[in-house]
Amino acid sequence: MKIVVLMKQVFDTEAKISLDGNKINKQGVSLVMNPYDEYAVELGLRIKEKFKGEVTVVSVGGPEVQDALRQALAMGADKAVLVDPGADEIDEYTTATILAKAIGGLEYNILLGGFKAIDDGSCQVCGRVAEILGVPVVNMVTQAEVEEDKAVVTCDIDGGSAVIEVKLPAMLTAQKGEIEPRYPSMKGIMQAKKKPMQKIGLGDIGLDAAQAAPKVKALSYSLPAARAAGKLVPGEPAEAAKELARLLREEAKVI
Amino acid sequence: MIFKLTEEQELLRKTVRDFAEKEIAPKAAEMDEKEEYDWDLWGKMAEMGLSGVPYPDEYEGAGMDNISYAIAVEELSRVCASSGVLVSAHTSLCAWPIYAFGTEEQKQKYLVPLANGEKIGAMGLTEPGAGSDAGSLKTTAVLDGDEYVLDGSKIFITNGYYADIYVIIAATDRALKHRGISAFVVEKGTPGFSFGKKEHKLGIRASATYELVFENCRIPKENILGKEGEGFKVIMKTLDGGRIGIAAQALGIAQGAYESALNYSKIREQFGKPISANQGIQWMLADMATRIEAARLLVYQAAWLKDNNESYSKQAAMAKLYAAETAMWVTTKAVQIYGGYGYTREYPVERMMRDAKITEIYEGTSEVQRIVIAASVLK
Repeated sequence: MKIVVLMKQVFDTEAKISLDGNKINKQGVSLVMNPYDEYAVELGLRIKEKFKGEVTVVSVGGPEVQDALRQALAMGADKAVLVDPGADEIDEYTTATILAKAIGGLEYNILLGGFKAIDDGSCQVCGRVAEILGVPVVNMVTQAEVEEDKAVVTCDIDGGSAVIEVKLPAMLTAQKGEIEPRYPSMKGIMQAKKKPMQKIGLGDIGLDAAQAAPKVKALSYSLPAARAAGKLVPGEPAEAAKELARLLREEAKVI
Repeated sequence: MIFKLTEEQELLRKTVRDFAEKEIAPKAAEMDEKEEYDWDLWGKMAEMGLSGVPYPDEYEGAGMDNISYAIAVEELSRVCASSGVLVSAHTSLCAWPIYAFGTEEQKQKYLVPLANGEKIGAMGLTEPGAGSDAGSLKTTAVLDGDEYVLDGSKIFITNGYYADIYVIIAATDRALKHRGISAFVVEKGTPGFSFGKKEHKLGIRASATYELVFENCRIPKENILGKEGEGFKVIMKTLDGGRIGIAAQALGIAQGAYESALNYSKIREQFGKPISANQGIQWMLADMATRIEAARLLVYQAAWLKDNNESYSKQAAMAKLYAAETAMWVTTKAVQIYGGYGYTREYPVERMMRDAKITEIYEGTSEVQRIVIAASVLK
C-alpha cells in the first residue's frame, strides 16, 4: 500500500500574528506541522502498519519546511519530498498544481491531507489535487477502514457523521476525531536523518514558473479588532446577579 | 566552536516539550499536592524512548548523545521537576553504572529492560551516617558461597519502592574505608529487601523517596558491578554523570519559572500598565534570562565533554552548582514577580521554588561541588 500525505507547515497555533506593512510578519514565529496534517500523517502510519505499506510526505515551501517533514519522518513516515515553489506569494492553485505534478510522478493507492490548514483555512488544496489527478475525495474524515482496493470512512457532515465507501485510489482529508497523532519516538528521531528527503524545484517536476503562477493575489491584510475588556459586576452574589441580568437585557440586549 | 544544536537535538526538544506540555503539565500540580506520581506517564515516556536516551540501540536505547539526554531532562523539568528526576535517577544513577561497569550478561539482563522502560531504576548510596562521605558506609555485603549477603539500610532513595532494579553500594571490607566498597545490582522482590519510610518533602513531592532495608538479603555473586573494592570508582563516575542530569533538571526548573514570570509580567497590570513596564521587573527578567543561558551553556558543555570522551568531572560539578543556584535564584525571583499570587498554589512558581531547593542538595550538595571544583583547579 503506497500512501502519500500532503503536508503544510504553518505558524504555531500560539503564535502572535503581526503585520509588517502589508504582509504578515514571519520574523521569530515558530513553525509547526499543520495540526490537521498531523492527523493525516497518523492515519497514514496506521494504514501502513496494517498493510506493510510506505508513507511518503510531500510538501511545498522553502528549506524551513524540512523541520516539519523531519517530524513526519520521525513519527514513522518513510520518505519526504519538498518542492520549492521559487516564490513567496503563492495561492491554492499554485500549491495544488505543484503537488499534483509531484504526486503524479509517484505510485500511490491512497492520498491523505488535513481537511484545512490552520493559517489560511481555505480547505482547497486537497480537493484541487484530487481533481487534477482525477481521484475521488472524501472530506473531514475522522476514521478510515482501508482495504486493498477500497476504504470505508467516517466523516463529519453538518449535524452528524456519514459512513462512506470509496474506491481507491482516493483522497481522504483528515478532521480531528479519534485519531490521536503519536509523538515521534527518540529512535524515530534518530532514524529520520537516514531517511530520504528529496528537495526539488519546479523544473524537476516539469513545471515552469508561468505554469505555476498564482491566479489570486492578496490585496491587503488586516488584524481583527482587539476584543474589548470584560466588565466586572461587583457586589453581593444575589445583587450582582440581578445587575448582570439587567445589563444583559438592557445594555447587551442578549436576553 | 559551534553553539548550535543538531537537527535531531532540536526535534527532540520540540517533541519532549510538546509531550511535557500536553501530557505532564496538566497533572503536575495535582501530583505534587497528592505526593503521588501518575505512572501512566512513565509508560508514555518509555514508549517514546525517554527511558534510555543515551544508550545504544543494541541495548534498546535511543542511541542519542548526552546533550540530547540533558535536553530531555530539561524539558520534562520545565513543567514538572518530579518527572525530570524520575528520568535522571533512572538513566544516570541506575542504567549508567550497569552500562559502564556491567558485564555483557548484566547489560542484557538489566540494562535492556531499563533502557526500553519495561523496568524502572534507582540507586542506593546514602545512609543516615554517610551521604557525601561515601567511605563510611555501614551497609555491608559479605560473600557466602555463591551469594553476597546484604545487611543495612539506605535512605532518601529517589524512585525507591517503584523501581524494579537497584544499584546498591555496600562495604565488602569496612576496614579499607572507600577502597573496601562495592556496587551490586539488586532486584525488587529479593527476599530480605524491603522498603521503610516514605519521605514527605518540601519539593519534588511527586517523586518517590524511600528508605531501603536489607536484612540478610542474599543476591547471586554475579550481581556485583565491576570487581570487589571498585565501588568507590563506580560511585564517583556515576555521580559525575548524574550531576549532568540534575544540572539539566535545575536548568529546566529555572526555565519554566522564568517563562511563567515573563508571561505574567506582561499581563499583570498595576497603576495602569503591565508590571513589565517597570525597570525593577525588567532587570529581574534580564538577570534571570542571562543566568539561565549561562547555566545552559555549562550543562551542554559538560554533556558534550562526556559525549567526546573527555574529562568532564569539573564541568559537571560546575554545571550542577551553577544550574542549581540559578534555579533557586530564578524561582525565588519568579515568585517575587507574581507577588501574593506567586505564594499560592494557584500558580506553578510556588511549586517550582520548592522543587528548586533539592537541586542544591542531592547528588552532591553545592558545597561538595565546590570541593570537587576546588580540588580540580588547585591540582
